Amino acid sequence: MINRDTSDIEISLLLETIYEKYGYDFREYSRAHINRRIMNRMALSGLNSVTEIQSRILKDPLFASQLLQDLSITVTEMFRDPDFYRSLREKVIPLLKTYSFIKIWHAGCATGEEAYSMAIILKEEGLYDKTTIYATDFNQSAIERAKEGIFSNEMIKEYTSNYQKSGGKESFSNYYTSDYNMVIMDNAIKKNIVWANHNLVTDGVFAEVHLILCRNVLIYFNENLQGKVQKLFFDSIINGGVLCLGSKESLRFSDFSDSYTELDKKQKIFKKKYSLNER
Amino acid sequence: MKYSAVVIGTSSGGMNALKAILPELPVNFNIPIIIVQHIGASSESYWIELLNNMCQLNIKEADEKEKIEKGHIYVAPPNYHLLIEENETLSLSIDKRVNYARPSIDVLFESAADAYREKLIGVLLTGSNNDGALGMKKINALGGLTIAENPQTAASSYMPLAAIAATEINYVLSLKEISDLLIKLSKQI
Repeated sequence: MINRDTSDIEISLLLETIYEKYGYDFREYSRAHINRRIMNRMALSGLNSVTEIQSRILKDPLFASQLLQDLSITVTEMFRDPDFYRSLREKVIPLLKTYSFIKIWHAGCATGEEAYSMAIILKEEGLYDKTTIYATDFNQSAIERAKEGIFSNEMIKEYTSNYQKSGGKESFSNYYTSDYNMVIMDNAIKKNIVWANHNLVTDGVFAEVHLILCRNVLIYFNENLQGKVQKLFFDSIINGGVLCLGSKESLRFSDFSDSYTELDKKQKIFKKKYSLNER
Repeated sequence: MKYSAVVIGTSSGGMNALKAILPELPVNFNIPIIIVQHIGASSESYWIELLNNMCQLNIKEADEKEKIEKGHIYVAPPNYHLLIEENETLSLSIDKRVNYARPSIDVLFESAADAYREKLIGVLLTGSNNDGALGMKKINALGGLTIAENPQTAASSYMPLAAIAATEINYVLSLKEISDLLIKLSKQI
């Protein structure tokens, strides 16, 4: 007889309930991460079992939205992994320069730091006026914050250092205005970013784009779900377009390893082939 | 096999401690090892190569969804938490720092305790913060075996002392004794 761990079953049931009741699908997320987040919520809310969480989310929408926040990772920073952004400037920008207009999809943008980083690079490279960045996330409150473009002063020192290491050409302070302990991104940076709610797990293709950035999102998905999302990306990128993943992510769990060439192996930048015969 | 995995956590002084333990393990050491060593966010991974050249076992940086196999030692990459899934694969996360650390020892140990329960060995070595103490507590609670480096001989005693204060530690040992014990435990059926 199989004797599966009880709390594991409880968590499966909880994820089913969240899906049935609210439409958010965490059933194919990496379970260890989900467990950790749920155990944290249990401790913070003074609940004793996953079953208690289960009955609470059915009756208490506020608690449910709190749990959804817990399950969504919003940890990000501007120019996270400066070497990646340096490579983007050197290897991807020249490709983008060949287009008369540019559409970029930043999938899983959380609170927007990396979308703003992208906008800054495009501005410095003279491409921003012909670009639209679609920045999407399933976490509506993260999108609302991203749209405001207000960030804590405390982070600016680190962001400035990241910006410089990534090959930034100006003074980083050109792009924001300081106000007490906050900075607000300038309209010149905000203007061509379209913030939208999109769930990679449950929503389909919404645009055909030249470049997709989706960094450190797939690590939370199991192999099967990664494969499905890679299909979505493949269907959304034009031939010759570019896909950027997080430094520990790959195309391993998809049918598309042969559909891209590597522009930068270490930084996980891939170019979609025009045809499978292309090398 | 009595044990299915060894998790090791360490911070300051950890590199030397790992150099003392890992090269002692024989090529037929049949329990996989998963390690969190606190390192800076932008650290290069040359130290893994260095250790690999000294060891009979194969050491590598953990890949996400990688299957855990015996004969291998997996190390958390810089700026990612490393977790273990029930199906004995590795997961990564960029979730918030825990105990000011990413990778965090508690995150690894707690997920490993869930996955392996009484078949897990937790080893906490030198370090100067209290990351790992809660992880050791959970390993102990779920029936795993706990080993701490002897604070009297550790380069930095803070981390092993924090674990000793937090929970029952089955063995408090020098580095040499730890490698000897791991070899002995690996032969238990």
